[in-house]
Amino acid sequence: MEKIFKFKINGKDVRLTSSPERMLLWVLRSDLEHTGTKYSCGEGFCGACTVLVNNEAVLSCQYPIQNVNGKEVITIEGLQKNGNLLPLQTSFIKHNALQCGFCTPGMILRAYSLLLKNPQPSYGEIVEAMEGNLCRCGSYDRIIQAIQTAALKMKGRVL
Amino acid sequence: MKYDEYNLIHSEKEVEPIKLNRREFLKLLGGGIIISFSVGDLFALQERRRSRGYPQDFNAYLRIGEDGRVSCFTGKIEMGQGIITSLAQMLAEELDVPLNTVDMVMGDTTLCPWDAGTFGSRSTKYFGPPLRQAAAEARAVLIQLAAEHLRTPKEKLMAKDGMIFVQKNPIKKISYAQLAKGKKIERHLTKKPPIKHYSKHTISGKPTDSLDSRQKVTGEAKFAGDIRLPGMLFARILRPPVHGAKLKSVDTSAAQKIKDIQIIQDEDMVAVLHKHRDVADKALRLIKAQFDMLEFKVDNNTIFKHLKDSAPDGSIVTKTGNLDEGKSLASKTFEAEYFNHYVAHAPTENHTAVVKIEGDKATVWASTQAPFRAQGEVARVLGFPSQNVRVITPFVGCGFGGKNQGQQIVEAARLAKLSGKPIQVAWSRKEEFFYDTFRPAAVIQIRSGLNRSNQIVFWEYHNYFAGNRSSQPFYNIPHHHVLSYGGWGGRGRTGRAHPFGVGAWRGPGSNTNVFAIESHIDIMAEAAGMNPLEFRMENLTDKRMQRVLIAAAEKFGRSFSKAPSGQGYGIACTDYLGTYLATMAEVNVDKKTGEIRVERVVCAQDTGEVINPEGVRMQIEGCITMGLGYVLTEEIRFRGGRILDENFDTYEIPRFSWQPKIETVLVDNPEMPPQGCGEPAITSMGGVVANAVYDAIGVRLFVLPMTPARLKEALKKEQNASREKNWSIPLSVS
Repeated sequence: MEKIFKFKINGKDVRLTSSPERMLLWVLRSDLEHTGTKYSCGEGFCGACTVLVNNEAVLSCQYPIQNVNGKEVITIEGLQKNGNLLPLQTSFIKHNALQCGFCTPGMILRAYSLLLKNPQPSYGEIVEAMEGNLCRCGSYDRIIQAIQTAALKMKGRVL
Repeated sequence: MKYDEYNLIHSEKEVEPIKLNRREFLKLLGGGIIISFSVGDLFALQERRRSRGYPQDFNAYLRIGEDGRVSCFTGKIEMGQGIITSLAQMLAEELDVPLNTVDMVMGDTTLCPWDAGTFGSRSTKYFGPPLRQAAAEARAVLIQLAAEHLRTPKEKLMAKDGMIFVQKNPIKKISYAQLAKGKKIERHLTKKPPIKHYSKHTISGKPTDSLDSRQKVTGEAKFAGDIRLPGMLFARILRPPVHGAKLKSVDTSAAQKIKDIQIIQDEDMVAVLHKHRDVADKALRLIKAQFDMLEFKVDNNTIFKHLKDSAPDGSIVTKTGNLDEGKSLASKTFEAEYFNHYVAHAPTENHTAVVKIEGDKATVWASTQAPFRAQGEVARVLGFPSQNVRVITPFVGCGFGGKNQGQQIVEAARLAKLSGKPIQVAWSRKEEFFYDTFRPAAVIQIRSGLNRSNQIVFWEYHNYFAGNRSSQPFYNIPHHHVLSYGGWGGRGRTGRAHPFGVGAWRGPGSNTNVFAIESHIDIMAEAAGMNPLEFRMENLTDKRMQRVLIAAAEKFGRSFSKAPSGQGYGIACTDYLGTYLATMAEVNVDKKTGEIRVERVVCAQDTGEVINPEGVRMQIEGCITMGLGYVLTEEIRFRGGRILDENFDTYEIPRFSWQPKIETVLVDNPEMPPQGCGEPAITSMGGVVANAVYDAIGVRLFVLPMTPARLKEALKKEQNASREKNWSIPLSVS
């Protein structure tokens, strides 16, 4: 039943034995102890577990490990470049775009995938992209502002 | 607090004191030196912790390390409400240290002074003053010590940024860290120094970015579920399908076949343990169990009648004048009933706890709003003295009153004891909805009257299960009577008023009360032929309420007309435990779909002295956004003890596309000590939206949430009803 899977997490090679149907969320959180990716609804309704697989945002609680084989996963722990925060992260800080911070990793990764595809999104495009990520503290407006600020800052630059 | 809330907050049993010897205590604190410390003091400190008040000794609140960093100890916890920043500002201000040298140590039962818990918008209001006092005394003691060290009278010294200088010769100086280093100072001041006047503040009162955001945008911030210990197992627990069901038989044979699974059965508890959470999930799904069900025939459609039938006799909350006399003065009378459904806390972080037992000591990491209560609960279930249980509270991912109870903590403690392994219990979303202590469904009846001058002359208020906060009228009403039939924790005459747990929910009581009161005020305003702002200003003389109404109206920048004006503008105002606020909103109603869209919300709030204006604004914005949920969609569907909503697919909470434009006004009132700000603004949301909807389409909704189905039904009724206005609204509801 168990198989060997090879993939990259935040640029590092991972080799791991697992049954293929296990979800990426739990492999990240319990096998690999990458706890920045959060468990909240567990059924794909809240976005707290969002990570990137080959630069596409996915819900890791619904994403079997067999689909990750040979791919590159990016989690919140892997966003800093040489210890420096991304403009998106500093924009979240500047706008105080979080309260309890539990949904924040998922928010940032969802926004990151949006900006990769669409570096200058309109307000409507931001809302559409972010709609599946829930924030119970009610920081939506500040998150939108943070994404807009990050988009402005990054004009002409790669993330 | 003289109402139902008091008993709930103070119902915990006495917790035994922590007893550590001096060496153990210093070890816990790390390398820094306590400024003023002696063995006698240490035990006195522990005694004060037991006394369940805030300690007098400033050492309980702060420690200056050898590196000059200042640790601030508080039994409060951070769940997004921002006190990690505002309490640090208060400490830094009084102690005269840079804000970025303050480290907050929160919710650790061994290191921090006792605290009842973090709820009721009380942290800044009640913990702030002793913290400020402690810091002011510590600063004064440091200046005395510096005076001796620098051989200069203390009057000629000044403190700034953690240093003490000779005013006229600033080269002569000494740092707090140097003063504290290697010294055992047992000095306290008999006369407590005054705290600074707000006009001298340079840190407190200034907009400050959250101190925890860097950790939270990098994934470094730890929540209870992020704790990893060697040998730790994840536990999943078998749950009954309905509340009150009892386990009859269980078959774990299929689950046992899973590799490395451990199954625990103890009294009523059946649990599976595995080093991977998802494997434990899988094992749990393989367990077959039968339960004896408990019949409880009530659901969303019958709950309001059931509540009224279950209600105990009324008790008086407040009473002025004589109702009969008031009624005789009235030329127009009004009668209406308002209804509010059960609402879930739905915190983003599920209830989670990790418990590790070593010998006769236990360490607990928990998502809790009440670590000291959890300490007592764990001690009881393990049979340990309280001092042997240390509860550490990492960041908490939302609470809203839902994390005052520690069921998951007790479960983890039991399983840690039974298995001999460190255990993590993290509820699934389904468990979260099942065991939540919902905001209670409630019914409010109001009868009132106006005289010929359009003054409110009587007000008769019957409150079934909402809770009493914000139920006392702040309008000038010569004859009023407020009665309560069971508070927000009430179980009713039968003890079974609610089929499941209920409890405090952000702004307990007030959400329902303000919806009812402010809707009813608008009904009277229309009958008086006045616009709702004018009517309020005519019927109240409270200066603080007038100020917030005027401030909100200025920011709103639109003119109210007698409703329904078709504009879709609404008002609601209220006081919440000393904070005053007025909210104004603009809505659009789609009569075809029944959907209400809140376009814009303005909130003016007077919360006394403001410590972090940015933090207050964030709380108001969060309250408004979260409030849209209970106003528009959130309602727990249930049949008896079965909870039908199990996740966010059916239980809809606000999302990005709902976001209205929010504008906040902080009404200046620095002379008043800081009041709470985490809850007040959510309480006005029902009233302001109901009033705006009425202004838009002339249809009033008496039930929260105002779902499209309810709005369409109300519209249909309105169309069928006679156009003749009858001011007496029938006591019925769909």
